[in-house]
Amino acid sequence: MQEVSVSVRKLDLSFGAVTVLRQLDIDVHDGEFLVLLGSSGCGKSTLLNCIAGLLEASDGQIFIKGTNVTWAEPSERGIGMVFQSYALYPQMTVEGNLSFGLKNARVPKAEIKKRIDYAAQVLQIEPLLKRKPGALSGGQRQRVAIGRALVRDVDVFLFDEPLSNLDAKLRADLRVELKRLHNQLENTMIYVTHDQIEAMTLADRIAIMKSGAIQQLGSPDEIYNRPMNKYVADFIGSPAMNFLEGHLNKGVIQVGEHGFPMTGYEFVDGNATGDVWLGIRPEHILTGDGTTNAAFQTTVEVDIVEPTGADTLVLATLADAPFRVRMDGQARVRPGETLVIGINPAAASVFDKESEQRL
Amino acid sequence: MLEDGPRGAKPKKRFSRNNIILYGTLLLVAMYYILPLYVMIVTSLKGMPEVRLGNVFSPPVEVTFQPWVKAWAEACTGINCDGLSRGFWNSVRILVPSVLLSIAIASVNGYALANWRFKGSELFFNILIIGAFIPYQVMLYPIVILLREIGLYGSLWGLIMVHTIFGMPILTLLFRNYFASVPEELFKAARIDGAGFWGIFLRIMLPMSLPIFVVAIILQVTGIWNDFLLGVVYTKPDVYPMTVQLNNIVNSVQGVKEYNVNMAATLLTGLVPLIIYFASGKLFVRGIAAGAVKG
Repeated sequence: MQEVSVSVRKLDLSFGAVTVLRQLDIDVHDGEFLVLLGSSGCGKSTLLNCIAGLLEASDGQIFIKGTNVTWAEPSERGIGMVFQSYALYPQMTVEGNLSFGLKNARVPKAEIKKRIDYAAQVLQIEPLLKRKPGALSGGQRQRVAIGRALVRDVDVFLFDEPLSNLDAKLRADLRVELKRLHNQLENTMIYVTHDQIEAMTLADRIAIMKSGAIQQLGSPDEIYNRPMNKYVADFIGSPAMNFLEGHLNKGVIQVGEHGFPMTGYEFVDGNATGDVWLGIRPEHILTGDGTTNAAFQTTVEVDIVEPTGADTLVLATLADAPFRVRMDGQARVRPGETLVIGINPAAASVFDKESEQRL
Repeated sequence: MLEDGPRGAKPKKRFSRNNIILYGTLLLVAMYYILPLYVMIVTSLKGMPEVRLGNVFSPPVEVTFQPWVKAWAEACTGINCDGLSRGFWNSVRILVPSVLLSIAIASVNGYALANWRFKGSELFFNILIIGAFIPYQVMLYPIVILLREIGLYGSLWGLIMVHTIFGMPILTLLFRNYFASVPEELFKAARIDGAGFWGIFLRIMLPMSLPIFVVAIILQVTGIWNDFLLGVVYTKPDVYPMTVQLNNIVNSVQGVKEYNVNMAATLLTGLVPLIIYFASGKLFVRGIAAGAVKG
């Protein structure tokens, strides 16, 4: 049993009549990298702000390291926070930015210097200490912002979409650095993002949120391979999962004229029958030589081809529904051609038509 | 090899029809505004015999600073014959505390309303704003009673209090809008760094709000310096501000009208706001723009 670092119990938050978080429970393990993922307005930043103490919960409790901090000031919670816009104090030097929190906490001067030197060394911002934020690039600013959390020697790091303001290349670089930093510091980190690549690459566990509730909490692997409901399945993965409407009976899903034998698929409930959604990821569809070994084969007509370099995305039609296939980047397909595809139901996902829960 | 055809800078046509109309109009309007000022300056530099000749637009034949000296130090109002200097110092004694006090309070007001929203803060703000639309005249008499009751009627501090209160709505609005435009995350970061209400205000917000303070100072200095109504109602003759004293000099019914002295006195009174505008023009524009963005 891992030790719990941050624990949120039955958290409610509403602004007037609008409920943003409802009865939310989550435990974050010590040293874990947890990512809160969701589209905008799902309450992920709100939850982070509640943990930080910047928003007051309407009801419920928050524990950090076993202490009930529900009503504690942000500075007393043992957290550091990094914001999307960096939020560096423009009139202070980098050094001033790093020391501001420590001075407020009346940390002795020698100790402040020691910690700033350490953070500057870890984040490689030593040459920048005397500069002002205006004279830094986006990536450097974000490093200073991380440093501000780092010097405070906190238990929990909170990140609110820290990489969203950076360009794509820098974002990829800093993502790797964040991961390295986490390995090095072994702090608990809670990270809010709407970018699923960031979530998948950084997280030990991902919490997918929708309208103030957690849809699924699990490792990136679980989230990707065994999504618990249709929303999660649809949200994770790009291009998005294909959904076919069908009827499940005795281990076979009938989609139009096609019958999908679900051999090898691990049903949550083995006896499930009825109307279902059959979800198949575009990258799990076999083409070319692979099709011969697949449990299910058919041909589809190609409507549109989107070459992206690394992959070729094919939009086709299967059982009157749009159907995406992800093929090798070197595949040469033309619109109007027929394509033989193979599907292994074991890698698919089946959801109840009504409840949209995994079957 | 360059191709044939036009090259180099585009030639300017200085005396095109458009330019003549444009600059002609601008010149005309500029003249219209500058002419009274010109008349004032030349008149103030003439002796009385020259003024009586009636050539208001002609420059002084004999330049004399005597009217300025007289306006500043010798002109009589009632029984006092020490010129505008008394009013000037009265105005300074009213101006400095009023400006400092009103800006200090309004900036904290604006900061609290923008960043520390409390239950009813919007209502509070709206009530304050309504205050900006009520004409001063409506409140003149009630304030007389108020000042009498607290024993400040007729004193400098009474007037200072009135100026501070009347400056509050517009200044609070100005500061609130400015602080509301400061990114919220900056404020959150400071809270996480353990800074409190005053810590954030003094060490984060103040250092980045010079432009809006300049705007507030200009508004208040010109407003309070130019004020006549409140000064004449709430003070007594020996603490009258400069504007009231100017009026008393210019409108004195006894003796000859000394136009040159009147002109000099008026220019002297207008000098303070004028200097403020010239000294801080650029910051003023920047601050007005910054304060006006958000509602």
